[in-house]
Amino acid sequence: MTQPSAALPAARRFGPRRLGAIERRNLRLGLSFISPWLFGFVALGVFPILYTFYLSLTRYSGLRDPIFIGPENYQRMADDPQFWKAVYNTLYYTLLAVPIGVVVAMIIALAMNQKLREIGFYRAAFYLPSILPVFAISFIFIVMLNPGYGLVNHVLSAVGLRGPNWLGDPAYTKLALVMIAQLGAGQYALIFLAGLKGIPAELYESASLDGAGAFRKFFSITLPLMTPIILFDIIIGLSLALQIFTPAFILTGGGERAAGPDNSLLMFVYFLYRQAFQFGQMGYAAALSVVLFIVSLLLAWAVFKWAGGWVYYESERS
Amino acid sequence: MATTDTTAPIPTTLPGGRRHTRRLLTRGILPRIVLIVGLIAFMAPFYWMFISAVKTPQEGARFPPTLIPETWVWQNFPDAVNFIPFGVFALNSLILTVGITIGAVVSNTLVAYGFSRIDWPGRDKVFYLCIATIFLPYPVIIVALFDIFGRLPAFGIQGSDSWVNTFLPLIVPAFFGNPFYIFLLRQFMLGIPRELSDAAKVDGASEFQTFWRVILPLTSPAIAVVLIFAAVAAWNEFLLPLLYLHEQSKYPLAVGLAFFTSEHDVAYNLLMAASTLVVLPVVIIFLFTQRFFVEGISVGGVKG
Repeated sequence: MTQPSAALPAARRFGPRRLGAIERRNLRLGLSFISPWLFGFVALGVFPILYTFYLSLTRYSGLRDPIFIGPENYQRMADDPQFWKAVYNTLYYTLLAVPIGVVVAMIIALAMNQKLREIGFYRAAFYLPSILPVFAISFIFIVMLNPGYGLVNHVLSAVGLRGPNWLGDPAYTKLALVMIAQLGAGQYALIFLAGLKGIPAELYESASLDGAGAFRKFFSITLPLMTPIILFDIIIGLSLALQIFTPAFILTGGGERAAGPDNSLLMFVYFLYRQAFQFGQMGYAAALSVVLFIVSLLLAWAVFKWAGGWVYYESERS
Repeated sequence: MATTDTTAPIPTTLPGGRRHTRRLLTRGILPRIVLIVGLIAFMAPFYWMFISAVKTPQEGARFPPTLIPETWVWQNFPDAVNFIPFGVFALNSLILTVGITIGAVVSNTLVAYGFSRIDWPGRDKVFYLCIATIFLPYPVIIVALFDIFGRLPAFGIQGSDSWVNTFLPLIVPAFFGNPFYIFLLRQFMLGIPRELSDAAKVDGASEFQTFWRVILPLTSPAIAVVLIFAAVAAWNEFLLPLLYLHEQSKYPLAVGLAFFTSEHDVAYNLLMAASTLVVLPVVIIFLFTQRFFVEGISVGGVKG
């Protein structure tokens, strides 16, 4: 579409100059129907990203005009221990929450994929928590994780374990976030379940004839055929984990004090939020946004690259 | 003789018996154990929220905790509503939810129509671009958007000169489409036979009349999905109202509960009672419309 002289059939070409009357009319109509999105894409997507790049090169409090300072904000990150703390916390949380999330969703989906009469009930019950407000769930976890009157440590002590001070000990705070995130697993379990239902029954039947057991069948048939959906889940989960904000904010009370014991709940977006909206460091926060943007893209790209080695596509068989 | 008699059946029955128990485990009992244990873990937070909401403050702080309240204090619910400006927060949440939902339905149906029912050159390429934006982490642009909205005049709406500290930055963007809802509606509209549009055109209907009178009514199941997803997402939203709204009288429930409780040291039983009242509308909507949620998941693959 960028080479106007290419010898393609005129009807399939992009660009209004060589289109017939009907195509011109369709192009005009199509663009008018999608115009809300087009406008939003430019005004609420492309422009803010470019503006973020510009602001990241300025000193800006949000009140007076931005002053151009070059890459100073980026140099500042390198020397900012809070920046590295936020990076560490976010990666630590992501590396824990994403694989656990995949495994939990897969176990629920596998259990739901059996011929059970009450399956509709399970489907609804596991899905429901994933649409409930995360801020309310975070309030609940403050109460549930209390070392004195909380449910979690009560259950742990019933089986002879001494539960930690979840929200007071920096070694455990991020586990609380991982627990909260698992309440969203039902949604992914339903996506996995749809994938499991799509695996042809003949594959399992012929594997049974060959004498394969349940584990063999899972690792030779189910898992390979599910890899595209698992990849999808990892990509979405990665993006959501890097953006985590609400539970960290609620569990720490959202003030300007340390974000949890030893800043252990200072997640990247929380750090960005504080710089921009509590400390008026809009230029620095814009530079943090650029870093988040680039790291998100790089990680997604790296996962796709890595997935090339293990994702199995049906179409590749032929 | 006797030994061969008794041992003879063993090779045939033993594997058969094992297979039987294995089948019992994989087909019925084991999955049910996994599901029920899982369900208890998934439901425990909401059970805990509810019983914490009806306990007295003394019982709520007792160690070890009581799993069933000794005294049921239903009065905690009216107390929570009166202690926290719950009505104001709930009304703000409702206004935002209705505004955002209207925006989502109006814009996404139009855009999805343009991406599915009209054959224009370059359409699919633009659609892929639209889908690609799903992967843009929203927090990346909050600083820039905040600054942009801070420069847009609000002409005194909600007593504000700029869009900041009004509902506008929360509601207006909903009128410019959401790639997930566009995808969902487009998939549905692609499945409507082309002949229906052609017949309407033969009868002299314009493109917009075809959209409004023919396609929109047939798309209503998918519109219901978008309506419910958008409403729930708006009700649950936390970050955006936190950024843009700076007065208690404008807070929705999400931000209102977070700030009010940290500033006023609200007792946990009242906070849990308020949380129950926030969660309840979503649960009720879900119970009546769960079929749409399941459809949305199977079509879209993921919630916006």
